[in-house]
Amino acid sequence: MTIFFAILFMVATLVMVVGLGLKIAQYARTPAPLKIPTTPAPLTKPGVAFRLGREALMFESLFKGNKPLWLFAMIFHLGLAVVLIRHVRYFETSVGPLVALVQPLAQPAGLAMVAGLLLLLARRVVIERIRYITGKSDILMLVLLIAIGASGMAMKCLVHTDIVAVKAFFTGLMGFELRPLPTDPLLAVHLLLVAALMIIFPFSKLLHAPGLFFSPTRNQTDTPREHRHLCDWAAKLEEKRS
Amino acid sequence: MAAPFDTPELGNVEERRIPALKVGAMAESKPYVAAAAHQEPLGFPGVLEEGWEKKAIGHMGELLSKYRSLQVFMDICVKCGACTDKCHYFLGTADPKNMPVARQDLFRSVYRRYFTPMGKIAPNLVGARDLTKDVLDEWYNYFHQCSQCRRCSVFCPYGIDTAEISMAARDIMDSIGQGQKYCNEIIGKVHKIGNNLGLPAPALLDTLEGLEEDMEAETGVAVKLPIDVHGAEVLLVTPSADFFAEPHILGLMGYAKVFHAAGVSWTLSTLASEAGNFGMFIGNYEQMRKISLRIREAALQLGVKRIIFGECGHAWRVAYSFLNTLAGPWDFLDPRYPVPQHILEFTNDLISRKGIKLDKSGNDGMVLTVHDSCNVARGARMGDTPGGQFTIPRAVIQASVPKFVDMHPDTICEKTFCCGGGGGLLTDELIELRVKGSAPRMEALKDVVEREGVTHMAAMCAICKAQFTKILPYFGHDREMVVSVHQLVSNAIILGDND
Ligand code: SF4
Ligand code: SF4
Repeated sequence: MTIFFAILFMVATLVMVVGLGLKIAQYARTPAPLKIPTTPAPLTKPGVAFRLGREALMFESLFKGNKPLWLFAMIFHLGLAVVLIRHVRYFETSVGPLVALVQPLAQPAGLAMVAGLLLLLARRVVIERIRYITGKSDILMLVLLIAIGASGMAMKCLVHTDIVAVKAFFTGLMGFELRPLPTDPLLAVHLLLVAALMIIFPFSKLLHAPGLFFSPTRNQTDTPREHRHLCDWAAKLEEKRS
Repeated sequence: MAAPFDTPELGNVEERRIPALKVGAMAESKPYVAAAAHQEPLGFPGVLEEGWEKKAIGHMGELLSKYRSLQVFMDICVKCGACTDKCHYFLGTADPKNMPVARQDLFRSVYRRYFTPMGKIAPNLVGARDLTKDVLDEWYNYFHQCSQCRRCSVFCPYGIDTAEISMAARDIMDSIGQGQKYCNEIIGKVHKIGNNLGLPAPALLDTLEGLEEDMEAETGVAVKLPIDVHGAEVLLVTPSADFFAEPHILGLMGYAKVFHAAGVSWTLSTLASEAGNFGMFIGNYEQMRKISLRIREAALQLGVKRIIFGECGHAWRVAYSFLNTLAGPWDFLDPRYPVPQHILEFTNDLISRKGIKLDKSGNDGMVLTVHDSCNVARGARMGDTPGGQFTIPRAVIQASVPKFVDMHPDTICEKTFCCGGGGGLLTDELIELRVKGSAPRMEALKDVVEREGVTHMAAMCAICKAQFTKILPYFGHDREMVVSVHQLVSNAIILGDND
C-alpha cells in the first residue's frame, strides 16, 4: 500500500504540475488581438490587479449576478482554503504561523466546505435552469469533492488515523524516501480520491482557477485610445498595408 | 416567413421574473443564409461544400490559437449558471438554448470533442459532440440569437463573454460557406459603395442638400452638412442610417448644429460614409480591418485633424476599442484629442465650457429616459473616467430637456439590456426574436412611463433607434417615442450670431 500510494502521488503531482504548466503556458502564449475588457474597466495596471483581486477573493461579478450562489460558493471556497492551508502541516516538519493560526478553524472549515458543496449540488438538482446546463461531469466533480471532504472529516472527527505517520509518509516522499503509510481504509479512500482530483485538474473545469487571471474581459486595461494594442499576427497583416 | 407570434406580456420590473424553460421555443428562428453572391465578394466560399466538417474544425483550431478569449473561455466555465437569467433573448423567449452558458455549450461541446483529452476519451461524460449537420444548423440558429451585447459577461465570475463565442462561431460558419445574408450583404456594400445602406455618393450629396434646406427653413440659419471638404478640422464618421432613417436624421441635424454653433469646421466623407462595422458581428478581424482602413484613408485624403464618431453603439465599440489597433497609429492627427472622439464627448465638452448654449424649452412637455446601448455601455467608454459612457450622455440629455428619469437600476448602465436588434439581427425575418428580446427593455420602460410619466426614450445607436422604431408599436407605444440624443440637442440649441 505504501508503495502504491507513493507512486500514485508522484504521478498525480507530475500530471497536475505539468498539465497545469502546459495549460498556463498555452493561455499565456495565445495572443489577445483586441482590447475587450468588460467596461467600465480600470485604466491602469494596478487598477486591473485590484479588479482581479476582487474577483479572486470576493467573487465580485458573481455577487452582482446571483447572491445565493455567491454565498454557497463563498462557503465552499473559504472552507476549502482553510482546509488546504491546514493540510500544509503534512508537508512541513515544523508548523508555520499561518497553519497554526487556522488550526482552531479546521473543523468548522471542513464542515463549511462539505455543506457548501451539498448546497451547490442541491442547486443543480432543484433549479430547472441549472439542471438543464448541468452535465454528468459537473455532478461527478461535486460528488468527488464531497467524498474527499467527507472522508477527511470522518478521519478528523470519527475514526482517527495516525496523522504522525501520514506526515512522515509525505515528508519522506518529498525527499524520495519511503516511509510506511498507515493501513487505514478511510485514509486510503481519501488519498485515492485526492490523487484522482489532482490528475483531472488540468483537464477539467477546475482550470477556472488559473484561467480567471487570463480572462481578457477582466485582465485588460481600458486604454485602447491611449496605447496602440497590436498582437504579432495582426502586425503581420500590416506589412501588406500600403 | 415570419409566422404569427404573441407579443410577450410585460411583468413588473421589480419582480425580475425568470421564465420557466420552453425547450425548443426558438429552434426554428433563423436569418436567411447568405447566397454565393453575398459570400464570394468577402472571400468566403459560396455554399457549404463536401468536407466542410474538417474545414470547420481546422478553422476552429486556428481561432483557438489566435484568440486567448476563445481558448480560455472554452476551458474555464464551471456551469455555475450565474449567466442563465441574464440574456434578454432567454428572458423574452424562455428557450433554454438562449441561456448564455447553453449557447456557449453549443460551441464548447464541439471544442471538447476535437480539442480536449476528456472529450476524445469520454465524450458522453463531458457533453462532447461531433460536428454534424444538425449541430451546424443549431449553431446557425442560436448563434444568430445572440446580439453580442456582453450582458452575460458582466455577471460571469470569470468574465466569460458569450459574444466572443458567437463571433467565433459565425466566423467559422462563414469560412465553410454558411454565412448570414444580412451581415454579409451589408459588408459587401461597404466595400463597394462605402456604407451599409449602399447609398452612392450622388444620392448622399442630394440628401444632405435637402437636409440643409430643411434646417435653414426651420431655423433661419444656414447650418451646413459639408462633405468631402479638404482641410476641415473634423472628420465626422456616422452610421449611414443617419442620412436616411428617422429619428437618426434628426440626430444628424443635431451634430451639424453643434458644429455650427461651436464654429468648428467639419466634414463628412463619401469614402467613409459609414461608422458601423459589421466585420465585428461576423467575428472577422480582416473584414473589420478592411472596413476600418477606409476611415484612415478618408482622414489622410481630407487632411483632417480629428475624427469624431456619430451616435452608434457597436460602431463606437469598434471605433473606441479597436480602431487604433485596426487602422492606427493616428500620429498624423492632432495629438491634443483622443482618436477617435464620440460626438457626445464633443458636445458635452462644449456644454460644460459654455461653448454652446441650450434652451430646455425647445423640448417642452417631454419627459426623457435613456437607453444605454449595450456596446457603448460594456464595450467602450466616453471621457476620461470609467463610466463616462453613462454620465456623459445623461449630462447632455439633462442639459437639453426639462425632465429626465432613469429606468430601473438593473436595466441601465453596465446592466443595460440590449434593444433586441443588435449584433447583426436587425433583419425582418427575425422579427419574432427581436420583439421578444426587447421585452426586458420594454418592461423597464413601461415602469417609468407609468410611474414618472416618461414620454420619450433617447437612444445613441443607429441599431437601437431602428429596432425601437419598429418594435415600440408591438407594446402599444408610438414609434416616435424613441429619439436621438442629438435630436434633443438640436431642439434645444441656440443658434445664430447672437454675440
Ligand atoms: S456565469 Fe460564467 S462560469 Fe457560470 S455558467 Fe455562465 S459562463 Fe459559465
Ligand atoms: S452576449 Fe448578450 S445576447 Fe449574447 S448570450 Fe450574452 S446576454 Fe445573450
